[in-house]
Amino acid sequence: MNRREFLQVLAAASAAGLELDASDGWAKGTGDAIYDVPPLGNVHLLHFTDSHAQLLPTYFREPSVNIGVRGASGKPPHLVGAALLKYFGIASRSREAYALTHLDFVQAAKRYGKIGGFAHLATLVKRLKADRPGALLLDGGDSWQGSATALWTRGQDMIDAAKLLGVDAMTGHWEFTLGADRVEYVVENDFRGRIEFLAQNVRTADFGDPVFTPYTMREQNGVPFAIVGQAFPYTPIANPRYFVPEWTFGIREEELQKAIDEVRGKGAQIVVLLSHNGMDVDLKLASRVTGIDVILGGHTHDGVPRPSIIANPRGKTLVTNAGCSGKFVAMLDMDVKGGTIADYQYRLLPVFSNMLPADAEMSALMERVRAPFEAKLAEKLAVTEGLLYRRGNFNGTLDQLLLDGLMAEKGAEIAFSPGFRWGTSLLPGEAITFEHLMNQTAITYPYVTLNELTGETIKALLEDVADNLFNPDPYYQQGGDMVRVGGLQYVCDPSASMGNRIVAMTLNGKAVAAGRKYKVTGWASVSDEARETGGEAIWDVMARYLRAQKTIGPRKLNLPKLVGVEGNPGIG
Amino acid sequence: MLALLAAAGWLKPDAAHAQAWNKAAFETHDMAETMKALGGAEPAQSKDIVFFQTPDIAENGAVVPIGIASNIPKTDSIAILIEKNPNMLAATFDIPAGTEPTISTRVKMGQTSNIYALVKADGKYYVASKEVKVTLGGCGG
Repeated sequence: MNRREFLQVLAAASAAGLELDASDGWAKGTGDAIYDVPPLGNVHLLHFTDSHAQLLPTYFREPSVNIGVRGASGKPPHLVGAALLKYFGIASRSREAYALTHLDFVQAAKRYGKIGGFAHLATLVKRLKADRPGALLLDGGDSWQGSATALWTRGQDMIDAAKLLGVDAMTGHWEFTLGADRVEYVVENDFRGRIEFLAQNVRTADFGDPVFTPYTMREQNGVPFAIVGQAFPYTPIANPRYFVPEWTFGIREEELQKAIDEVRGKGAQIVVLLSHNGMDVDLKLASRVTGIDVILGGHTHDGVPRPSIIANPRGKTLVTNAGCSGKFVAMLDMDVKGGTIADYQYRLLPVFSNMLPADAEMSALMERVRAPFEAKLAEKLAVTEGLLYRRGNFNGTLDQLLLDGLMAEKGAEIAFSPGFRWGTSLLPGEAITFEHLMNQTAITYPYVTLNELTGETIKALLEDVADNLFNPDPYYQQGGDMVRVGGLQYVCDPSASMGNRIVAMTLNGKAVAAGRKYKVTGWASVSDEARETGGEAIWDVMARYLRAQKTIGPRKLNLPKLVGVEGNPGIG
Repeated sequence: MLALLAAAGWLKPDAAHAQAWNKAAFETHDMAETMKALGGAEPAQSKDIVFFQTPDIAENGAVVPIGIASNIPKTDSIAILIEKNPNMLAATFDIPAGTEPTISTRVKMGQTSNIYALVKADGKYYVASKEVKVTLGGCGG
């Protein structure tokens, strides 16, 4: 580090209200000055996204692998670890570095504590709103799924928490996996007059009629503006179509452009897209669709400290992404003059649970919704000796644990586990409770399957998922990470074209034969057949495995050998 | 297909029946063969043919919505060709004079493929293409 870089680091640290401890580089003290941001301008938005129903504070390790191919390489959000810190001028070992990277995760987690939790989130929202009367609170979706209590109450715990938190508008993705009827019921009942569910890109499959309100017109300090909702475009593809059989989704650029032109016609000076596209899709969309001032983004769970500024034929658009698991509240202050943003400030504020006292009302609500389930949630299934986490393009120790458990319990030589980006982390020595297990597995299509697949089918499956992750055109990506693979080893070239990324496959050192059949287990299949056949729920299979194991030793990750991505700043 | 056209209101039933069924064209397997069967030469790439309501990733390969509009003067037919389908030609639409050359329908696709919109206008052929991905799904988010 040269002198200039050192000064930048110091400046970043002091801007964050933190002092560096000269002896070991860790930030000391519990000063909460990071939350004292003097308000700017006349339009104030607060945004959180992808909380995945984590009502309680948790640990969440950010990925050490998030590769961007071609044009996406070296730019947010495809920066991890030291490359991310350098790009954004953040001091290593600072609280912010703990929130945004995987670096020194166990040490940092012990020092800085758990992040998120709705009672702490509520305190921060109230604190920010106190200086910003009339500020709107926006939820980017994926709020009603990801925990045992959300699954068992069909999202009711999160719906009640969102109302108490004071959410003004939201859009959705995993919400739809509770079924179309459930979403429509909540929108028409619980949310009526309180929270607007916005989605311009969900239409009826027969006549193409809008299912939800596409946008809302609001006003703050005399400035009229619009929030347009964009639900996850690939919901019926990435999740089972049978949950939303009568709806069709998609990015729908033309309809979005029409909605923007319409709200501009109605006098909106600022247009905000509350988006669940994922950051790569948002970056492309911002370069093509005109008239959007800000895209407040989610889905890809990228904790990005500063907006990306994207030019399009008629102006510029700020694109953000606000992480996941309740870790962050994003704050955007805009000074709107003469119909344009004259100035703005953006902060991605980590919700450090030990710096923000729990809000009493929210704590009471959480206690009430959890009470009927406490005994079941608290069951200690096993103790982990190593760090358990999920995030990363190819595998995480927690997914490895699921793969190991699945293969052992189902007697399979190969296992697949979906590349979800939600799921909390556990520190070495922690007990794995039933609640922790559900934090990784709580979905409405949890069936474990056991099939005989040919080598050719396995290769096609891996190629298909790899293309969803590494297609150079973001509109052909679905978000999520590569399917986790147990038993089978392969070589992966992310920069290659569809059909050529999976270069070699071996099982126990022998080449996988195209025509031979292999016993493959997995879970979370989106097919109709998996639902009809049924099968054990993943959490039942894993609970049985964990109880029998008692102690879980550190996991050895089964990772593909990567080629063609040496030095990519998305590998940390 | 003809009933679908009539139901969609794009074409009058009479107009749809105006030209005889070109059986040979619907049994072709590549672009050159299809062009020959349709009686045309190598088409010119055109930016005046636009796809609308056509997904980047199909929600269901069995019913993929395709919309095509031609801004080329004197457009008198629009054909949809799916490169990777067993039979390449999926549909042809005759556009009577005075009709807006905009069509929409649904096609079946077995795998990720380029879709060609082939337009015949004033005796000449023009083409535009778009890739539509058909995926196994899952693993998102």
